[in-house]
Amino acid sequence: MIKDITIGQYFPGKSLLHRLDPRIKLLLTVLYIVMLFAAKGFVGLGIGIVFLIFSFLISGIPIKMMLKSVKPILPIIIFTGILNLFFIRTGNVLLSWHFITITDEGLKTMIFMAVRIVFLICGTSLLTYTTSPIALTDAIERIFSPLRVIKFPAHEIAMIMTIALRFIPTLIEETDKIMSAQKARGADLESGSILNRAKALIPILIPLFVSAFRRADDLALAMECRCYRGGDGRTRLKQLKTSYRDYLSILVVSLFLAMVILANIYIGI
Amino acid sequence: MDSFIEVKNVSFSYEADSDGKTVKNQVLKNVSLSINKGEFVAVLGHNGSGKSTLAKLLNAINLPESGEVIVDNMLTSDEKNLFDIRSTVGMVFQNPDNQIVATVVEEDVAFALENVGVPPDEIRRRVDEALKTVGMYGYREHAPHKLSGGQKQRVAIAGVLAMKPECIVLDEPTAMLDPIGRREIMSTISELNELGVTIVLITHYMDEAARAKRVVVIDSGEIIMDDTPKRVFSQSKKLKELGLDVPQVTELTHALIDCGVDLKNDIIDEDECFEALYKLLKKG
Repeated sequence: MIKDITIGQYFPGKSLLHRLDPRIKLLLTVLYIVMLFAAKGFVGLGIGIVFLIFSFLISGIPIKMMLKSVKPILPIIIFTGILNLFFIRTGNVLLSWHFITITDEGLKTMIFMAVRIVFLICGTSLLTYTTSPIALTDAIERIFSPLRVIKFPAHEIAMIMTIALRFIPTLIEETDKIMSAQKARGADLESGSILNRAKALIPILIPLFVSAFRRADDLALAMECRCYRGGDGRTRLKQLKTSYRDYLSILVVSLFLAMVILANIYIGI
Repeated sequence: MDSFIEVKNVSFSYEADSDGKTVKNQVLKNVSLSINKGEFVAVLGHNGSGKSTLAKLLNAINLPESGEVIVDNMLTSDEKNLFDIRSTVGMVFQNPDNQIVATVVEEDVAFALENVGVPPDEIRRRVDEALKTVGMYGYREHAPHKLSGGQKQRVAIAGVLAMKPECIVLDEPTAMLDPIGRREIMSTISELNELGVTIVLITHYMDEAARAKRVVVIDSGEIIMDDTPKRVFSQSKKLKELGLDVPQVTELTHALIDCGVDLKNDIIDEDECFEALYKLLKKG
């Protein structure tokens, strides 16, 4: 059943990573990405990898989830890897056969890019594994709320995300119902060419859109009845609080980042 | 003392577009109604009779075209009263799915309080209280889409209740629920009324209307009857002409009366009907 799919990939838990303030977690993720891209040599990159594995161990998320998150982007990694390998012509030639030339620099760039992308994805997945979507939208709202001075709609964006998250399961359920209804009337959704199957989706999408608009209308009315008037003067049930854990983790991540920078300067491989 | 909600000579029409011309579709014609604090009023009427429109006039979603609506001494057409009126008169709609905003039950109940800027500690207290009142406290951290229809509707009621409204208007709150959900909601509504909340229940279920203390029957934009449920339902012929039913027990007793059985014509309650029939059979 499509009804059973989970939204986001949140793994509920009580680890240190789960309990960090989501704002801090977002910040740390950004620092981690900086760390990965700042690393110039294998030692620096290694430090980044050690940091990620260390974080995974703390979070209690099974390591195999880390591999699972990489799987969908594997084709992209392979593709960029091949491009790097064949099109970088600088450095010492390792292999030359007809029009194919592979240089050591090309090989190095390939490995570097691949490792960076893989660990970039793993790191950001760790964020979504340990943070519930609602905490994440909350964090985004708070982080961007100072930008309201320049008319950046921080609250509105967060509200849109919350409502979207809220209605995804409802709309999935609805899709399921519409599909059954159309099948009952003889709609054939599963056979034929891709074009035919795409066409068969039209009688599902139209009722779905109509109903989504109707729901939007109802929801707007219900929100109005409950005194919704935008983000100004709004308070929140749950306040985000930073504690010693958050400062400690910032310190740890900064130390790792410093190590990467030092490795760049002094080791250079 | 002035009544709590005062609807004075209100007319309302929707504008519809047909063939490029705007056509006025009059929904309410010169309606007057007053509701006192603590009342339990059921509004009956078939589809398109204007009952939902009337409900939306009570918390300034609709503004009267002519006439005026006064809620707790506040005029609904005065924009500065808007949020005060909406926190005084809460509204619950038909489809429970379409009125829940947040992805966690307690966050949704807190929504209205967050909007009006209540401090966090106070929000926490009131959310817990509202959830306990409707019996959903144990589900406060659940995702709304995993609840049953009746439970979702109770969460929606809690969301309104958290604002501490004087009055709750429910627009066919049980129309999309199964019998169990319907029973849950009806008992919640009765409990709230006992706690002193004024209830306006829009419905087309006669059994639900029979539980109110006052029934207002509305037909093509006009109030036809406004009386106790007993007196309204005893006029089963008139109700049938308006396309409305009477509760099943009333229908039964009226059929018996037509056959010459000696029964009172204002029985609306199952237990009451049972008593009356029992007495009758014992005698005979």
